[in-house]
Amino acid sequence: MSPIEFLTDLFNPELAFLPKALLIAVMSSVVCGVVGCYVVLRGMAFIGDAVAHAVFPGLAVAFVVSGNLILGGTLAGVATAILVAVFSQNRRLREDSVIGVFFVAAFALGIVIISRAPGYAGSLQQFLFGSITGIPDEDLYVAGGAGVLVLGVVFLLHKEFVAITLDREMARAMGLRVFWLDILLYVLVTLAVVISVQTIGNILVLALLITPAATARLLTDRLGVMMTLAPAIGGLSALVGLYVSWSWDFPTGGTIVLVLTAVFLTAWLLGPKHGLLARRPHRAADEHVMEAAA
Amino acid sequence: MTALGVESLSVELGGRLVLTDVDLAVDKGELVGLVGPNGAGKTTLLRTLVGLLHPRTGRVLVADRPVRRPGRAEIGYVPQRHEFAWDFPISVENVVMTGRTGRLGLLRRPGVADWEAVAEALELVRMTGLRTRPVGQLSGGQRQRVLVARALALRPAVLLLDEPFTGLDMPTQELLSELVLSLAHEARAVLMTTHDLPAALYTCHRLALLNRTIVAAGTPEQLRDERLWMDTFGVGEHNPLLKILKAT
Repeated sequence: MSPIEFLTDLFNPELAFLPKALLIAVMSSVVCGVVGCYVVLRGMAFIGDAVAHAVFPGLAVAFVVSGNLILGGTLAGVATAILVAVFSQNRRLREDSVIGVFFVAAFALGIVIISRAPGYAGSLQQFLFGSITGIPDEDLYVAGGAGVLVLGVVFLLHKEFVAITLDREMARAMGLRVFWLDILLYVLVTLAVVISVQTIGNILVLALLITPAATARLLTDRLGVMMTLAPAIGGLSALVGLYVSWSWDFPTGGTIVLVLTAVFLTAWLLGPKHGLLARRPHRAADEHVMEAAA
Repeated sequence: MTALGVESLSVELGGRLVLTDVDLAVDKGELVGLVGPNGAGKTTLLRTLVGLLHPRTGRVLVADRPVRRPGRAEIGYVPQRHEFAWDFPISVENVVMTGRTGRLGLLRRPGVADWEAVAEALELVRMTGLRTRPVGQLSGGQRQRVLVARALALRPAVLLLDEPFTGLDMPTQELLSELVLSLAHEARAVLMTTHDLPAALYTCHRLALLNRTIVAAGTPEQLRDERLWMDTFGVGEHNPLLKILKAT
């Protein structure tokens, strides 16, 4: 299918779900790209994974009682994130163990709940791997609102998030509320995940958080550039992924993730500074000069 | 004039008394070295001075005002170098600006005055030429300078350094100890912990020997008595440490 035909399909009233899917996929990729920068720089990919799984029981409950999926997922994700943050205060257990306990428990709860719903197998697959059909208009507005909220909070508290990521000891010494900023960051990750889950699916959503930010990190040493590149990479990959999946009838979530992965590998191979094809001799000379200046 | 005062301070960590009855004063223009064995409570003392730990008894005074909460007093703190995420994509000047995050407060962005403070701090540690460099590309000595500049960005009256020389090679240590000494001029008081006794004896105006409490404090000349060092470090009379002491 040519891009022109794809464009025609987008405006075909009988395929009204397609532009909605595109909008929500691009929107969630952009939000995940920005929030993912903190996730990647803090080395908290595991927390991202945990939150992604933890929203599942909320989605299941919302599905069973026909409530709003985004609201249900957010509540479950935030509850789990707070549990992790509180239990991590116990010095005997490292944070990753606490996460390991709670996110699998949340996921298990989700499976038990959704098994009570009729048509269990079909809806489970939709949750796990995403679907581009059947997104209600209402979800578009909720996801849009949540996305704007997340980006707004990032814009306002960026310097605090940078400070707690760089050096927690110093952040505490400056009087920053590190515990509450951590919780807030988990909530932002949860919101970014929840608005993405419907199209991408619960299992693959981690890729939207991690891959664009990791790709951007390969390409730059400037945080501002990274936080602009990551959402751009995410948004474009979502567009290309949806086009490819529509043309060849591939599953959407999987295709978007594979496009993201291809972009990541390309950056890794061709990156200007860190890539395999980088000009190594130049760098070595540069470091030599700096050692002398030390 | 006393810039930093510690009065009969006791600190408990996990139900155990780590510091008891610590008294210490650091004057403006003075560089004081805090030395003692591992587990003596050096870092605990610094963290209490900043307000990160709450003393069980006693108090900390900066410019004659008590320190109760972190981020309020005129204290610049330089934690150990390994606490910092050196792989973070950020330039030298932006790291130094993070030192003002607490002062700026929520929702406020740095203004001209903040950038002036950053430029001044970078000038003091002689890193102005590298201000746009990503921190991941810096050498160990340069990294330590950046952390010192970050603390100086608040223009503090008291500067606390935790093991600034650990893990650096000799020439770098030498340059850095000159820098630390120069920072103790004028209105600033500097207190640093160190394992490097020869450098401490040579560089610092005064030393404080710490092992759970201040065993002794004074100029290197006043601390000639070997017994003090044997008590502080728990070593015998043939320990090489005492030979270093005699040689200086």
